[in-house]
Amino acid sequence: MSTPTRTPTIRTLRLHIDWVACDGRGMCTELLPELLTEDPWGYPAPVRLHGRDPLPPNGIPVQDDLEPQARAAVAACPLMALRLERG
Amino acid sequence: MTALDLSAPDHTTMATRLLLPDATDLLSHDRRHGAVPYRGGPGILIESLESAGLTGRGGAAFPTWRKVASTAAAAGGGHRAAVVIANGAEGEPASSKDAVLLGMAPHLVLDGVQLAAEAVGADRAAVYVEAGPAMTAVMRALAERKGTGRDRVRMQLVEAPTGFVSGEESAAVAAVEGRPALPRTKRRLVTESGVDRRPTLVQNVETLAHVALIARYGSAWFRSAGTATEPGTFLATMGGAVAAPGVAEAPQGILLADLLALAGGPSRRLGAVLVGGYHGAWVPAAALATTPMSRAGLAAFGATPGAGIVWALPASQCPLVAASLIVTYLAGQSARQCGPCLFGLPALAADLARLADPRAAGGLDRLPGQLAALAETITGRGACRHPDGTVRFVHSTLRTFADEVAAHGRGQCLGDHR
Repeated sequence: MSTPTRTPTIRTLRLHIDWVACDGRGMCTELLPELLTEDPWGYPAPVRLHGRDPLPPNGIPVQDDLEPQARAAVAACPLMALRLERG
Repeated sequence: MTALDLSAPDHTTMATRLLLPDATDLLSHDRRHGAVPYRGGPGILIESLESAGLTGRGGAAFPTWRKVASTAAAAGGGHRAAVVIANGAEGEPASSKDAVLLGMAPHLVLDGVQLAAEAVGADRAAVYVEAGPAMTAVMRALAERKGTGRDRVRMQLVEAPTGFVSGEESAAVAAVEGRPALPRTKRRLVTESGVDRRPTLVQNVETLAHVALIARYGSAWFRSAGTATEPGTFLATMGGAVAAPGVAEAPQGILLADLLALAGGPSRRLGAVLVGGYHGAWVPAAALATTPMSRAGLAAFGATPGAGIVWALPASQCPLVAASLIVTYLAGQSARQCGPCLFGLPALAADLARLADPRAAGGLDRLPGQLAALAETITGRGACRHPDGTVRFVHSTLRTFADEVAAHGRGQCLGDHR
């Protein structure tokens, strides 16, 4: 029996969208085009790097180098519908 | 102790546990099942629920003991009083098993509420149910229990509005808080932060009735029906092309053909059966004799037993027309809170309606691809699972009826030739 390799747990920064609060104002898709695009109705949708990746159920992973842009998007949302969390 | 010994040999394989005749009023319920077997403190019942292997009967089949355990842990052994919600809001039009259960065995459900409340350390409970016969039955049952000393925790009746999403966990919490019964964005689990931010256990009413039986007759007895991995009985609501539509109790893992026989069998030649309700998936008629009603058996079809809905589609009816009507209904049931659901589901319904009518204008051959892309856009983008469930049903429709989809793309309907 093999034992799982123990890796240091560096928790990924994830972007969560509150779909009830979101009204599709579009600030986030402008500030964070690397991660977010607009769906046909103007709501933010994650950019699918591989075309058909399903949306991760626990938020969109944010690479470290995009953290400043992600924080700007969170701050710019007039409806406070975005939040960043490690997890 | 009990007038009827349910552990007697001739009852061990009996599939009728919840819907026993003549156990409706408190006197006959008490004669049959006896007093509420309180355990004497929080947490104690959890072990029985775990060894019984009881899972939630509201659709998600989550292990009941784990939900009870996390609520109890969040309540810290009574440090923070928890809340129990008995969820009887079956917004799904194809389901009536909760209403039938509350009509026939309301005290089993209410005993389950009391036992769950003790297990999690709750000081209040709510029975959340739609207006109608089920609510009347609960009101009568609550009145019967008043002053008997049977209940240790106050139970409040909360009316569930009619509607597909009002039974969703966070919608039930909102209703009990006195707010509109709408799903909300869950930053924390309801078991940790639900009603008034208190740890909250939301369980389907059928699940609670099973809790009341397990507490009395034990986990081995519970396991004497069903399969090793999916033990116990469940309530099925059967409709569509069956001779005697209605609710039946059966062991988990029963073959779909045998389950349909409990509803009098097919009334016409079947094309397929929708399992798990409007958020469910199709099983072709050819597979009914070999497919068990269980998560394991239905996995091959992308289906789950869900809340026990089985709806039979006759071979003479075009499945795409049937699916189109269902998706149109589901689109109308959006809580209209989340954009991708509010706009995405009507778009999905419109495309499916076009596909369902092969005599419509051209371009039908592109529709399946368009539908799949739309489905992907919508998935995972809502406060609740209504968009995802609708997408699952659309995917199942395109997959199961691929021949029909192809025929419609050519401007034909296979149903025309049946």
